[in-house]
Parts: sequence; structure tokens; C-alpha cells
Amino acid sequence: MAYIKIKRPRLGLFEKLYLPALIKGLRITLGHAISTLRGKKRETMQYPEEKWDDNMPEHYRGAPALVTDEQGRERCVACQLCEFICPPRAITILPEEIPTEDKWAKVEKRPRKFEIDMIRCIYCGLCEEVCPEQAIFLRKDYAITGLTREDMVHDKEKLYEIGGVRTGLVNKWNELK
Amino acid sequence: MDLFTFLSSSVMVLVVFTIVLTLVPISVYLERRVSAVIQDRLGPNRVGLPLTLFGAKKDFHLFGLFQPAADGIKLFLKEDHTPAHVNKFYFILAPALVMVPALLSAAVIPFGSTMDMPFFEGRQVQLAVANVDIGPLLIFAIASLTVYGIVIAGWASNSRYPFLGGVRSSAQMISYEICLGLSIIPVLLYFGDLNLGRIADQQSRDGWLLLPIAFGGDGPVVDWRTLLLLPTLLIAFIIFTVSLFAETNRAPFDLPECETELVSGYHTEYSSMKFALFFMGEYAAMVVGSALIVTLFFGGWALPFGLDNLIRDPATGAFPWWASLMHMGVFLTKVIGFIVFFIWVRWTVPRFRYDQLMKLGWVVFFELALANILLAAILIAIFG
Amino acid sequence: MPVEEALLPKDLAAAEGMVNVQINGVWHRFPKGTRLIEAIGKSGDEVPHYCYHPKLSSPGNCRMCMVEIGMPARLAPGAEPTYDDEGYLPIQWMPRPAISCATMVSENLGVRTKSTLVEEARHGVMEFLLANHPLDCPICDQAGECRLQEFAVGHGRGGSRFVEQKTKKPKNVDIGPRIRLDDERCIMCSRCIRFMDEVAMDPVLGFSERGGYTTLGVHPGRKLDHNYGLNTVDICPVGALTCNDFRFQMRVWFLKETPSIDTNCGTGINTVIWTRNDQVYRITPRENNDVNSCWMPDSHRLNFHYLHGQHRLTSSLVRDGDHHRSAPSHNAAGKVASALKSAPKGTAALVVSSRLTNEEMFLAKRLAEKCGISAIATVPREGEADDYLVAADRNPNTQGFLRIFGDQDRAATLQSLRDDVRSGKIRTLLTLQEDLLAPEAGFTQDDLEKLDFLASLHLLDNGTAAAADVVLAGSGFPENRGSMINVTGRLQRLNRAINPPGEALTNWEWLATLLRETGADVFDGEAAAFKALAASDELWQDLTLARIPDNGIQLYETGIKIPLVERERERIARGEING
Ligand code: SF4
Ligand code: SF4
Ligand code: SF4
Ligand code: SF4
Ligand code: FES
Repeated sequence: MAYIKIKRPRLGLFEKLYLPALIKGLRITLGHAISTLRGKKRETMQYPEEKWDDNMPEHYRGAPALVTDEQGRERCVACQLCEFICPPRAITILPEEIPTEDKWAKVEKRPRKFEIDMIRCIYCGLCEEVCPEQAIFLRKDYAITGLTREDMVHDKEKLYEIGGVRTGLVNKWNELK
Repeated sequence: MDLFTFLSSSVMVLVVFTIVLTLVPISVYLERRVSAVIQDRLGPNRVGLPLTLFGAKKDFHLFGLFQPAADGIKLFLKEDHTPAHVNKFYFILAPALVMVPALLSAAVIPFGSTMDMPFFEGRQVQLAVANVDIGPLLIFAIASLTVYGIVIAGWASNSRYPFLGGVRSSAQMISYEICLGLSIIPVLLYFGDLNLGRIADQQSRDGWLLLPIAFGGDGPVVDWRTLLLLPTLLIAFIIFTVSLFAETNRAPFDLPECETELVSGYHTEYSSMKFALFFMGEYAAMVVGSALIVTLFFGGWALPFGLDNLIRDPATGAFPWWASLMHMGVFLTKVIGFIVFFIWVRWTVPRFRYDQLMKLGWVVFFELALANILLAAILIAIFG
Repeated sequence: MPVEEALLPKDLAAAEGMVNVQINGVWHRFPKGTRLIEAIGKSGDEVPHYCYHPKLSSPGNCRMCMVEIGMPARLAPGAEPTYDDEGYLPIQWMPRPAISCATMVSENLGVRTKSTLVEEARHGVMEFLLANHPLDCPICDQAGECRLQEFAVGHGRGGSRFVEQKTKKPKNVDIGPRIRLDDERCIMCSRCIRFMDEVAMDPVLGFSERGGYTTLGVHPGRKLDHNYGLNTVDICPVGALTCNDFRFQMRVWFLKETPSIDTNCGTGINTVIWTRNDQVYRITPRENNDVNSCWMPDSHRLNFHYLHGQHRLTSSLVRDGDHHRSAPSHNAAGKVASALKSAPKGTAALVVSSRLTNEEMFLAKRLAEKCGISAIATVPREGEADDYLVAADRNPNTQGFLRIFGDQDRAATLQSLRDDVRSGKIRTLLTLQEDLLAPEAGFTQDDLEKLDFLASLHLLDNGTAAAADVVLAGSGFPENRGSMINVTGRLQRLNRAINPPGEALTNWEWLATLLRETGADVFDGEAAAFKALAASDELWQDLTLARIPDNGIQLYETGIKIPLVERERERIARGEING
């Protein structure tokens, strides 16, 4: 174990009394209170009249959702990596085999069930980061509400609805197979 | 006891109960608004009269004054979850043990002057539930029961964080009870009385304890004897106030429930109204504490500078009913002022470390309070 | 240097049939005939490899196991060997690496497994293997337990330099009823081919084409439908062979592995049960060279779906008129216990399945003693031994039954019980994990209707359950903990992998509850029962349930041999494999 010696300032008697520092502190907080009361300062945004929507930062992480690509193919192949990485275990996936008559049968695998429990999701973005198929993205939707716990579980349909179509992704499955 | 006394006492109980229970949501509201403005925010400003629900065009926001009501309703409707691993009996008992002492100790606080009853000729009523001769002692005795509520809550929850919270709290409250008791002995020596009603009354004649200037009384405008004692009284006031912060588990001494270490301390496992009782109990304790400080050091219901001497009935020492009601208002204003001070301090001072807290109590305040008693006693013995 | 030549390490080793090998600078001693890859493994180091398998011959065709080796210089005529201080000859390192799987250890051999040369060799092999490998990992069932993935991370270059079009090969090929082949993922290790040839003795697999186009396939007109075919899936280091049953069901990294044993026959094949959230996803064999080597028949490994099927009982049933209604377990158990206890002497009987564990049988015996039941029978289940692993006795714990309930002619006991039921002598019957209407048991619907009280402890909703007055929802093999004795007399342990569904209880819990209801003392768990059992039988005196080794312990010899294991021993003796 390495010890690091920290030099603490030596306090004089006046400082040790604590009361002057306390009064100083009270003055500062009072100053803030007065300036807020006079309307000079205000950090609060008055939702829902004022919203972030217009100036949402580029990197904002909202609800995770599944996307389809230009060909209308569902990109998720149910590799379950997002389910594995998700820290609060919000994702549940049941994979299935794509039937041979399907146009994309060569992809072989897709999710039969894909659910994200938005009560659990912490918007960490790890699912997007880990996805090897560019299938899941965090969108800018942040007002995720529901009246029951079931409402808050986004199923596959809902996830594709939020996600929509995303273009310009790598299309490795389009190669001749 | 005749019917009149019975009735007036009953009314008084009701009034005190209402006052304390109204002050609780008001302090909660103040806490949130004051903390907000200190942090450059707005705080709850929406909940008012939801008139649009009844077809009106516009809601009245009323500065969010109804927020505490909404909170209350919410807490009522929350799922009341009792974890399976707790000791049920004590788990349920604990919140009551926190709330009840706070309300009980309000009984001896005089919240207004002695009133000439308007329709009952010649009868006077002291505006306090129990005008007993051991006021402060009773408060201390009852208030120290609160610690049982907290310890039992911590123990019965059968979980680590609450348990730690409970242990911390018992050590803290026992330590500071001593300072609390010792610190006001100079004050009691000065008044030579333990009846809070008479203490307030005396301050209405001679000026507040910490503002000893009185016009229109029998004595001098400024009593040099009081002036001489003023430093000791000031020290008593400081120790008393700080100890009260510790006793009510308020920041900067809120270690029993400090979120960063203990989730939320002794009430971690509580929900719904059981949690609300802890919450209210804490604020009620703050209300009663403020009332006690006001009564002891700031004249209770009395106007400053002995102005009451002008309206007092010289013969009985009682006041006409309108003056008594005004005194009630004065008292409430002072108490609310003190509550705001409590809140202000909370949002200014960071939390103490536990060892610092114990050191402050046992090494600084305990000795200081003892020395202060000695000093006051000598001064009173020589000049009194 | 030493005058006394007998003191040299090589002579000391040779006297014991061993040789000295220097691995990464440290000298070790191994028996002659050990393959270098095994020797390195024993020294605590690991060599990445694909085609080598200890139970199969070593063709040396993946080239992944290359290490740097060296030998003492060949002496010029007349020159004297120069020994170093420890008595070894100086090693001359070879300029090219050699494969360790097909090299035998020899005296004074030097090996380096961590040199730059070795690292570069591995990089090269990995690059070639990956050149034509598809980007299938996200959909490949092997991901997570794929040697190619693991070694690509551990020994690969990190990036690909291959910009050309990858070779296309057949994907998703149906080569048998239980197995799917993906030729693009195959790395041509030939393990599957050798397994089918050498162990299953049904050589249906083979390579065609050459070079980068080499393709694995089945012999025209044949299918890979051998009962041991799924073992190729286990040993395939990549996702080229996948099991239809497990395909796309669950990622292996979610699965919990529980070592246990198979209960489909008397061999007691050692297994790993792969589960997640109280569901069994697959069962694979676990190496035990005295029982099943590394293999397992498909019929046994796939026989677990009934556990999660629609016939599984999830709560106990009590007869109410002509239908059943579900009942809390203590009610159901109470009914059974009081029926057994109040039955007049000699009119109650117990059918104890030989599929129960020793501990469960021991409790059943206690229950019988407590209720004064002397008519106890088990259902013998004979089939045909398959000349590999499957034993003729299809009960996993016949030996345990015989030890606990005494040696007997099981068929005769069962016959007499049947007769007693038919003649009306037996009026109360409790069957433990046996369907009495099954052909082996030989009861008929009429027999069961003759009974006053019939209770069935079983995990499935079968014919007996339909006829029973009380049905106790019991447990299946992955839900039980306990011990069994296999046909060769080996004591092995079952471990609990999952919990029974719904309100079903384990067989153990049911028997314990029944015992408690009859007022007897009950053991505190299976381990305590095993202790009491061990105390009553000198054979396993010093054992506790937890102390049974994972590979079991031979209690006695019954004379029954497992053919596949015997053949493997012969191959080891012949030096074909290291085993
Ligand atoms: S954003 Fe994070 S928490 Fe939410 S689903 Fe993705 S991985 Fe899980
Ligand atoms: S990581 Fe991507 S491809 Fe894999 S399951 Fe999640 S969304 Fe689907
Ligand atoms: S065999 Fe291994 S490397 Fe190849 S696709 Fe499957 S998991 Fe990936
Ligand atoms: S299918 Fe698997 S086991 Fe067979 S040769 Fe290919 S990689 Fe090896
Ligand atoms: S393991 Fe040695 S060449 Fe394949």
C-alpha cells in the first residue's frame, strides 16, 4: 500500500471557531436565493412549455429501438449480445430460425421475441455499442410513459415503430451467400 | 374541573394539533422552495387549484402551495409494503413512536398570551394546552422518546442500512440531549422559573431575552443586569440551537439518514404512510424545536420592546381577545422564521463527519455549557 | 563429468519407462509414448489446437499446435557427450516449429511454447483459417464456446489482410435428422470424420474437393443418423456442426453448467446440464474414462423435453368425484400419509421406481417401515445393450435398489404384487415415479380400479395419475440431488440444476413430507439421509454425499463392462491414442 500524505491547511483560532465560515456560507446562499427571487438567475426549464427538442445534443441517449434498413430487412439477428451486456437486464430475447421460404432465409436467425423493459433501462447505450449488426440504436425519444408496468415493456413491434428505417449502414448480408 | 375548563382545554388541544400539523406541510413546502431558490431553481410551482378539471378555463397555480397536499395524497395512495424479513410489531410501532412525542411536546408551548374570554365575563385562558410548571423538562423528557422510534425502526427493519442509521441516531441523540439540557440552565437561572407561560409573559414585560429593551413597563428601558448576562445567554442560545439541529436529525447533522452512506438510514425499508409518519415526525420535531427556541429566547408570542405593556389589562395581566389572536400570529411568524432558518442552514452547511459530530458534542459543547452555567451562576449570585 | 553413468537423469527416467523433457526451460518427466501436446498440458501450459482430440487419432492437419522443439546434437563419430551440471545434454533448437500433437516425447527433448517463432506460426495458421471464414458469429451457435473465436483473440493478428472474395460453400446443409452442417464455418480439422470412423464405427463423413474448396459432406446416399452422431457437434471446435435441437435456442454464455449424471440407463453417463432460469437447454457428456469416455448417445441426451412439456404436473391433484382438482401440497401429502397409515396390515403396498436416488429409496424404505408396509416392488426395465454405452438395464439405479431393499428377483416380486392387487389383497397403493399402466409395469386399468386408494408421485400426467386418488407432482432428474449406483457398481452423484416448476416439489421433499406426516423424524436434507444410509452399509462407510468425487467412485464390481470404454482402453494399450 502506498500512502499519499496530504497537507492539510492549519487553521487559525478564528477559522476554528467555525461560526464566521458558517455566516459566510449563509451569506452566499442568501445571495443566491435573493438573485433567484429577483428573477436574475434561473436554471429550471419549464417542461412541458419549454422543451429540449430543438437543441437536443447530437449524442443524446433516449429510448433504445430496433431499426430496419433500406431493404426492409430487420437487422437484428438475435445474437443476444445486447441482452448480455445490458447492465440492468432490461432486454429479453427469444431467437428463432428464419423459415426457408423467407426472402432473407440466408440470414438464418432472427428474434421471435424482443422486449426492452423501459422501467429497467438506464439509457446507457451499451446495447447500441455492442450490437455487431447495427440493429439497435438509442433514439432521441425521452418521454417514455405508461400507466402500467406492461405498458412500459416495449415489444418487437413497438421497438421497430420507434426505430424506423435507418440508411447508410453496413449491409454484410446482401453479399452473395 | 368545570365544564368551561374542559371545553377550553379541548379546543386548545385541537388548535395546537392543527397548528403543528399545518406547519408540517408548510415547512415541507418551504424546504422545497427555499432549497430551490438557493440553488437557482424554481421548486414546486405548479400544484394549485386544478379548476380545469371542473370545466374552468384556467388553473390557479398559487405558487405551488398545494404541493404538500399532492404529496400527502400520493403517500396515502402508495403501496404500503412491509418486507417479509422485518419484525412486524416493532416495524409498525416505530413510526408512531417518532410522531407521537413530537406532537405531545407541543402541549406545553404557550402559543399565545392569556386571553380575556369575550363571552365569559371574568374568565381568562392561557393559550397553551398544559400550562405546567416543568415545561422545558417535560419537552426534553418526551422528545427523548423519539430516539426509541428511530432505534426500533432500524432494528426491526432487519436490514443493514437502517440498523446503522438507528445506531448512529441513538448515539447522536443521547449525546446532544445532554448539551441541550445543560445549555438552557443559564436561561432558566435567569428566569428563575420553569413555567413556559410565565417565561413568555416575563419577556413581554421586560423585552425578549436576547433583545432586552422594554418601553412602557414598570422597570427601566434597559436592565443592566440582563445586559451583563447577555453573553452567557448568547452562548446558551448558540449551543441550544446547534444541539437542536442534531436532536432533530437535521442537516448538517442528518447522519442517521445520510443518503450517500446509508441509502436513507433508519427508514430505508419503509413506504407509504409509515414512511410519511417518519417524515412528518421529523418536521414536527423541527416545528416544536423552533417554538421552544422562540419561547425561550425570542419572547414567544410577545411583541418586541415590551410593546405589549401598552395593551395589557393592568389588573389581571390578561389581554383582550383580539390582542391574544394577534399574539398567536406573532408567535407563528416567529416560528416560521425559525423554520426558514433551519432550512437555510440545511442548504448551506455540508454534512459533518460522524467523529466530528461526536467531538463537537462531547468535547466542545459539553464543556462550554458547563462553564457557561458556572459563569451565569456566579454572575447571578453576585448581581442578582 | 559423472563417472557413474547410472546417475544420469536419462537413465533414472528410463528405469521407470519415462523420458525427460524440457518445457519452457523446466525439466519434466513423462512416460514414453506420451504425445507432446499432452505432455505440455500436464506441465500446466496449454497449446492451442483444433484437430487433436485425446480420444482420437492424430492426423496433424490443423497445424495450430506448433511449438518450437530441439534435441541434443547428433554426435560426431568418436565424440563424447557433454552433460551440463544437472546431467542433461545441450539442446539444439530446430529452425522450424513442429506440431506437438503428432510428436512423441523423447529423451532430452526441448520445447518452447512461448517464443516469437511459435507466436508467428500461430498467427500464420490463424490467418489462413480465418481467410475464408464467414462473419457468422452473431448467428452462429458456437459463439461463446468457439475455439476459432478464442484462439483468434489469443493468437490471431487482430486484423484481416484478406481483401479478396471469400470462398462460398454450402450453408445450412441437412446432413442428418439431428445435425445441421455449415461448410463455410468448417476448418477441416476432421475430428468429426475420425469420431464417426474410430468411435462410432460408422464412417459416413468425409472431405471432397481440395485446397480452399475442401468441403465436408456425408457419403452419397447416407445420412449422419447414428445414435452417437451428436458427439460430433460437441467435438467440432467451430460452429460447422450444430445440433438441431439446441440450434438458436439460447446463447451458451447465459447457461449455467451443472455436472450430473444421465438417468436413461444403468450406465449413468456423466453429463453437464446446461440451464437458464429453471429451464434445461441442452445436456452434454462429461469426460469420465471409467464410464463414458467423452461420449453420450443422442437418444439419452435429447430426452429431457418432457420436463418442460405440456404433460408436466405443476401442482398436486386430489380426486373430487370423477375429476381431479389441484390441492395444496400439505393437504395432498396428508391424505396419502393417513391412507397409508390407516391401511390394515398387509393391505398396503409401495412401488418404488429404480429411477429414484439412493436417498429417496432410503426414505421410501423408512416410510414403508413406519406404515408397516412389507409389499415393495420395483419395475425392472430391460432393453438391449447397444455395444457402445447404453446398458441393457434401462433403470439408472437398480444396483441401489438391490442394496437398499435387499437382493431379490424383481420381476417375481412385481408379479406377486400384481397378483395381490388383482386378488384384492392389496387395497392401498403408492407408486413412486412409476406409471403402473406402462407395459413394463404390466398393470391394467381394471387392476387399478380394484384399489381403494391409489396415490402416484410422478412428474407427468400419465395414466396412473388419471386413475389415482391423489397425485403428487414430483420432480425429474435435473431437479434432484442424490446418488445412484450404476450397472458396474459405481457410486455417482446427481446434482440439482433447476427447481421444479410451479407447486411441484422434488421427490425428496415429497417423501420427507410424507414421513413427517406419519410422525417420523426426517433427515435434514439429502446429505443427512446419505449419512444415515452410509452408516447402515459398510460399503460406503466413509463417504458423504458431497465427498463423492465428480467422476464417481467404484464401490464394487458387478462384472458388467462398458464396451466403448473397453475398446478405448485397448486403443490406449496399442498406443493409438493417449486417452
Ligand atoms: S440502453 Fe443500456 S440499459 Fe437500456 S436497453 Fe440498452 S443496454 Fe440496456
Ligand atoms: S446485439 Fe444487435 S443483433 Fe444482437 S440481439 Fe441485440 S439488437 Fe439484435
Ligand atoms: S465458427 Fe466460431 S468463428 Fe466461425 S462464425 Fe461460428 S462462432 Fe464465429
Ligand atoms: S465439421 Fe467441425 S469437426 Fe468436422 S472437420 Fe469441420 S470443423 Fe472439424
Ligand atoms: S492439433 Fe496438431 S495439427 Fe491440429
